[in-house]
Amino acid sequence: MAAWLGPDALVALRLSLLVAGTATAASLPPGLAVAVLLARGRFPGRAVLDTVVHLPLVLPPVVTGYLLLIVFGRRGPVGAWLHDALGVTLAFRWTGAALACAVMGFPLMVRAMRLSLESVDRRLEEAAGTLGAHPVAVFALVTLPLVLPGIIAGLILSFARAMGEFGATITFVANIPGETQTLPSAIYTFTQVPGGEAEALKLTLVSVAVSTTALVVSEVLARRVSRRMLA
Amino acid sequence: MTRSSDSALSVEVTHRQGTFSLDVSFAAPGGVTALFGRSGAGKTTLVGAIGGLLRPARGRIALGDRVLLDTERGIFVPRHRRRIGTVFQEGRLFPHLSVRQNLLFGRWFAPRSEGGAGFDAVVDLLGIAPLLGRRPAGLSGGEKQRVAIGRALLAKPRLLLMDEPLSALDDARKAEILPYVERLRDEAGVPIVYVSHSVAEVARLADTLVVLEGGRVAAAGPAGEILSRLDVAPLAGAREAGAVLDARVAAQDEGFGLTILHTRAGPLRVPRIDLPLGTALRVQVPARDVLLSLGAPVGTSALNVLPAVVAEIRARDGAGAEVRLDCGGAALLARITRLSLSEMGLAPGSRVFAVVKSVALDRRSGAASRLPRYDGTT
Repeated sequence: MAAWLGPDALVALRLSLLVAGTATAASLPPGLAVAVLLARGRFPGRAVLDTVVHLPLVLPPVVTGYLLLIVFGRRGPVGAWLHDALGVTLAFRWTGAALACAVMGFPLMVRAMRLSLESVDRRLEEAAGTLGAHPVAVFALVTLPLVLPGIIAGLILSFARAMGEFGATITFVANIPGETQTLPSAIYTFTQVPGGEAEALKLTLVSVAVSTTALVVSEVLARRVSRRMLA
Repeated sequence: MTRSSDSALSVEVTHRQGTFSLDVSFAAPGGVTALFGRSGAGKTTLVGAIGGLLRPARGRIALGDRVLLDTERGIFVPRHRRRIGTVFQEGRLFPHLSVRQNLLFGRWFAPRSEGGAGFDAVVDLLGIAPLLGRRPAGLSGGEKQRVAIGRALLAKPRLLLMDEPLSALDDARKAEILPYVERLRDEAGVPIVYVSHSVAEVARLADTLVVLEGGRVAAAGPAGEILSRLDVAPLAGAREAGAVLDARVAAQDEGFGLTILHTRAGPLRVPRIDLPLGTALRVQVPARDVLLSLGAPVGTSALNVLPAVVAEIRARDGAGAEVRLDCGGAALLARITRLSLSEMGLAPGSRVFAVVKSVALDRRSGAASRLPRYDGTT
């Protein structure tokens, strides 16, 4: 594969997997928390939270990327604080690409988990409570296992979205080979240079393969989980 | 059976849900207390209040000296600290856990110091050993309910709350589970609150009966007494009303395959039951299966004819009437037509003969609180 793909393409693939993996893993805790809040919570501002979470789904990705740049750029309010206080720079770094991908995939992840949470039979949770389980234990021992298929679906959707993210990423962290040039950016770059078509096509095939694998894995996992509950 | 005051449940609840209002007060002295009523009588709301699944507007609930709810003092013990093992109508087994894991779920949270029933004893009591490795989805309705009962029991509850545990099952499955509930009552030593709309179940299981109607307590007291009251009978529905008699196996008639039971109302001959002489049991005499006759019937196929005195009469809307009879101090209920009532000229004090066409049996354990063994010895 290393010989088949050019060195630049290989770097882009590796970077894409790193960025998408980081984005997905980092989104899981806040994604689950927001899904629980939206599915179960009754609090003022719930509708606002719902809207904000879903914004990246409806905004042009370039707009999302630009907003990220304004907020998380070196001079942005959050970006400056991160840089000065923690020494973390996001703009034009792969970590910034991961942030952009996480934000873009967040609504998909939250949606899958929330739907799954809403379909949980609350009466099972009541039953667990009458057996002496504290609400935290009920969540860990009953709710979480029951929503596992939704969590898997959310992770895969977020990962797939991250693998394909282009607009927000290129706006926020540009297209720097080896640092922020992910698969889509690399494909775009190859199509812009003469003689790059072959490499672009190879990367396209790689992209299709990665996405298909993700889908199949999620399907197999989800099926295994639900079979466990039915047999 | 625990009858001490430390297991007594006292309930006083006022709650409003939409147009329905619940306002009840009763005490359950231990043993099996049945909450009986038609759907819409407030049973489910009451179960929710006792189990901590809902917060009533006003009320006080205490189990022994432990206050679970006192709205005046702002006490609301959350459900996971109430230690009330609940068996729900639909079982509510955890689909992602095996039967064994379901059974052990409550153990993680029960205080280790307390004894309670052991795993093997409960599995044995409910006959669920062959199911341990299976998933709830693969169980029949009856098996699910047995596992649900075991799961509640293994959480070492101070009270077992059974919310229509048999109502989702067909008659065959009910018959399969009732003996296990009886064993539970006799062997587990946990007070039980049993919610039901079936007179047959209540008559068979309950020591104390609380009748609910329209969100109020219509009657409460010892089960046998309450079941033979005329004002309660119509709540039971035409098919199910009937008096309950305490009986004892008096003799076996091997030749004709009959067993003679001794009751306060007189001897009853029933198809042979394989129980040792002297075994105490309970029989229900359905009101619809009691005929009345002014003279001693002669040349009849009926085996059981008991002399009685009419104690009380209640005419119903429509053709029916209920008659409470005094049979040597025991109460019997008869359901006859108003036409017969008038043609026979019945009034309180009339002497009649009660022809009992059938009795429903309840294997009732004796003073030793042990289930009589079905070993055929007499």
